[in-house]
Amino acid sequence: MLEVNDLHVTVDGNEILKGLTLTINAGEVHAIMGPNGAGKSTLSAVIAGKDGYEVTQGSITFEGQDVLEMEIEERAQAGLLLGFQYPVEIPGVKNIYLLKSALNAQRAARGEGEMPAPEFMKLVKEKLQFMKMDASFLQRAVNEGFSGGEKKRNEILQMLVLQPKLAMLDEIDSGLDIDAMKVVADGVNSLRAEERAILLVTHYQRLLDYIVPDKVHVLVDGRIVKTGDAELAKALEANGYEGIEESAA
Amino acid sequence: MSDTQTFLDTLKTRSAEYAGEPSWIAARRQAGAARFEAMGFPTRRDEEWKYTDVRGIAQGHFKLADDVDFSQAQAATLSLPVEAHRLSFVDGVFAPGLSDIDALPQGVQVMPLSKALAENHEAVGGPLGRLTGVDFSAFAALNTAFMEEGAVVRIAPNTVVEKPIVLQFLSREGEAVMCHPRILIEAGGRSEATVIEHYAGEENAANFTNVVAELMLDRGAILHHYKLQEAPVGDFHVASIHVEQSRDSVYTSYNLNLGGALARNDIIADLNGENAYTNLYGLFFGQGRQHVDNHTKVNHNAPLTFSNENYKGILGDRAHGVFNGRVFVKRDSQKIEGFQSNQNLLLSDRAQIDAKPELEIYADDVKCSHGTTTGQLDEDAVYALRTRGIDEATARGLLTLAFAGEVLEQVALDAIAERVELAVAGKLPERFNLAGLVEAAAALNE
Repeated sequence: MLEVNDLHVTVDGNEILKGLTLTINAGEVHAIMGPNGAGKSTLSAVIAGKDGYEVTQGSITFEGQDVLEMEIEERAQAGLLLGFQYPVEIPGVKNIYLLKSALNAQRAARGEGEMPAPEFMKLVKEKLQFMKMDASFLQRAVNEGFSGGEKKRNEILQMLVLQPKLAMLDEIDSGLDIDAMKVVADGVNSLRAEERAILLVTHYQRLLDYIVPDKVHVLVDGRIVKTGDAELAKALEANGYEGIEESAA
Repeated sequence: MSDTQTFLDTLKTRSAEYAGEPSWIAARRQAGAARFEAMGFPTRRDEEWKYTDVRGIAQGHFKLADDVDFSQAQAATLSLPVEAHRLSFVDGVFAPGLSDIDALPQGVQVMPLSKALAENHEAVGGPLGRLTGVDFSAFAALNTAFMEEGAVVRIAPNTVVEKPIVLQFLSREGEAVMCHPRILIEAGGRSEATVIEHYAGEENAANFTNVVAELMLDRGAILHHYKLQEAPVGDFHVASIHVEQSRDSVYTSYNLNLGGALARNDIIADLNGENAYTNLYGLFFGQGRQHVDNHTKVNHNAPLTFSNENYKGILGDRAHGVFNGRVFVKRDSQKIEGFQSNQNLLLSDRAQIDAKPELEIYADDVKCSHGTTTGQLDEDAVYALRTRGIDEATARGLLTLAFAGEVLEQVALDAIAERVELAVAGKLPERFNLAGLVEAAAALNE
C-alpha cells in the first residue's frame, strides 16, 4: 500500500531523514518509535505534504501513485490521512462543516455525489457516540478551546468519519490521561481492517499496550535501525534506545 | 477651472428643473451650493480624509441622468431576492416600473423623495437636513445642492412592518453620471422595521453616488438598517448616515461593503435618551485596487446609553481599507457602555489598512473598550484543512468566511448573507450557516 524508499529529507538545510525505507501493506498496523529528534514527525509530515520539507532523494508511493507529486488535498482524498500531534485550532470553522466538506471532497474525488444530510448526520452521530463525544462538539469551532484530550479525540473522530486507507497517527497518545487514551485506542482499533493500514508514530510504548502493532520500527537518526514485532517495543521500554543504537552500529 | 466649478456648472444647467419649487427647498439648495463652493472637495490634508483621496470624484465629469431605461430582466439579476416593499432608482432617478409599494401596510409610508417634495409633504419640511446639515461635509453640501430624489420612509407609532423595505439603487454603464439620493426615515414610537439600502449595478459602470441618510428613531423604536453596497468596481460611493435615537430605541446597522472603486461611509449615531442602544456591525471587503473607508461616530449624549460596534475588514490584492471609529461620551453621561472592536485580515502583502479607534470621554462612571487587530490567514489552518481533503481555494474561503463570521452571524437575511459569502469566499460547496445540517441534526435528536 505505502512504499517509502531510501527517503532523504532536509529541513532548513539540515538532513533529518537519511535514507528511510518502509513498506506498509493493507491490514497491517505499524508503529514507528524513536528518540526525540530521530525524524518520526518528519516522516508523517512529508507523507501528508507539509511545506518546508525538501525531499532530496528517494520516493514515496501510495497504491502505485507518486505521493510527492500529489497536492496535499489529493493525498487525503486518495485515503492518506494524518492525525496531528498538535491539532490546529481553527476559529470560526465548525467541526460539522469540516467533516462535511472533507467527506464530500473525498466522495467528489471518487466521482460520488454528496452524502445526503440525514445519512451524514446519522454517520457522524454514531461516530461521536463511539468516541464518547457530545453532539455539541459539532457546533463548536474546530479544536478551539478544546482540552488536549478533546483535540486528540477529535482527530480520531475525523478518521472514523473519513475512513482513510492509511491512517497515520502522530503521537496520538501525547497529553492523554488513561481514560482518554482508552477511548482513543478503541477508536483506532475500530479502524483496523483488512483493507486498511495504520501507522502509529509514538515516543512511548504505553500506547502499544492498547493498540498492538504488527510491526515495530525503531527510527534513530533518520534511519530505521531495527524492525520487529510488538515485543520489540517492550524491549525498548525496558532498555531504552541506546542499546538499540549500539546493536545497530 | 476648479474641480468645484465643474459641479456648480452642472447645477446651474440643472436649475431650470428646480424652477417653481417651494422657497424653503430653494433656500436649502442655495445654502448647499454656497457651502460646497466655500469648502471645496476635501483633500488628504483634512484629518477626516487623511487616508482617502477623492480626486477621482473631484476631477470627474458626471452628468445627471434623466431616464430609467433598465430592463426588468437585468434588474431581476441584481435585485435581492427578498419579498419586500421596494423603491428602485436607476442612476438616482426613480423607476416606478422596478418598484413595488402597492401593498404597504397601514401606518407605513414609503415614497420617492421627488413626490414628497412636489407635494411639499410634512414628512420633508421639518426633518430634511435637520440631522445632516450642509456643514457636515462638502459631500453633504453637494447632496443638498442637488437634492431631487431619494426615499422617504415613515413608520407610524406602534407599527411593526413585517416585510423589509428595500431601497435599491442601480448604476448603469455608459456615460458617467452622478446622483445625490436623500433618504429620510422616521421610525415612530415603539415601531419596528427593517430597511435595506442596496447598491448594485452593471459591471462596467463608473458613476458617482453621493447619498445622505437621516434616520430618526422615536421612543422605543427598533430599526434594523442594512446597507449592502455591492456597486460596480468602477463606481464612487459616498454615504453620510446620521441616526438620532430617543430613549429606549434600538438601532442596528449592518454596513456591508463589497463594491466600488472608492467607498466612504460616515455613520453617526446620536444616543439622546436613556436606554438607547446602538449596534454597529460592519464588514468591508476589498480586492484589486478598491478603497473602502468607514468612519463611525457614536455620541453618548445621555446617561445609560449603550453602544456595541464590531467592524471587520478583509483586504486582498492592493486594496486599501480605512476604519475610524469614534466613541464620544458627553459630560456627565454616566453609566454608559461603549464597546468597539475592529479586526482586519490582509490577504496579500500589498493590501493596506489604516485603523484608528478613538475614545473621547467626559464622564467618570462609564464602561468603554476598544481594540483593533490586523493579521493574515493562518497558514497552519489552511494546511490542516487541506490534509482533510479540502482543496486550497475552499480552505482559504472557509477561513476567510470564518473571520467574517462574527459579523455575518448577525445578518438574519439569507439573501444578504449569501451575497456576502459569495463575494468573500467564492463559491463554497454549501451554505456556510449549514441550516440544512442543523435541521437534520435536530430531527435526529428528536
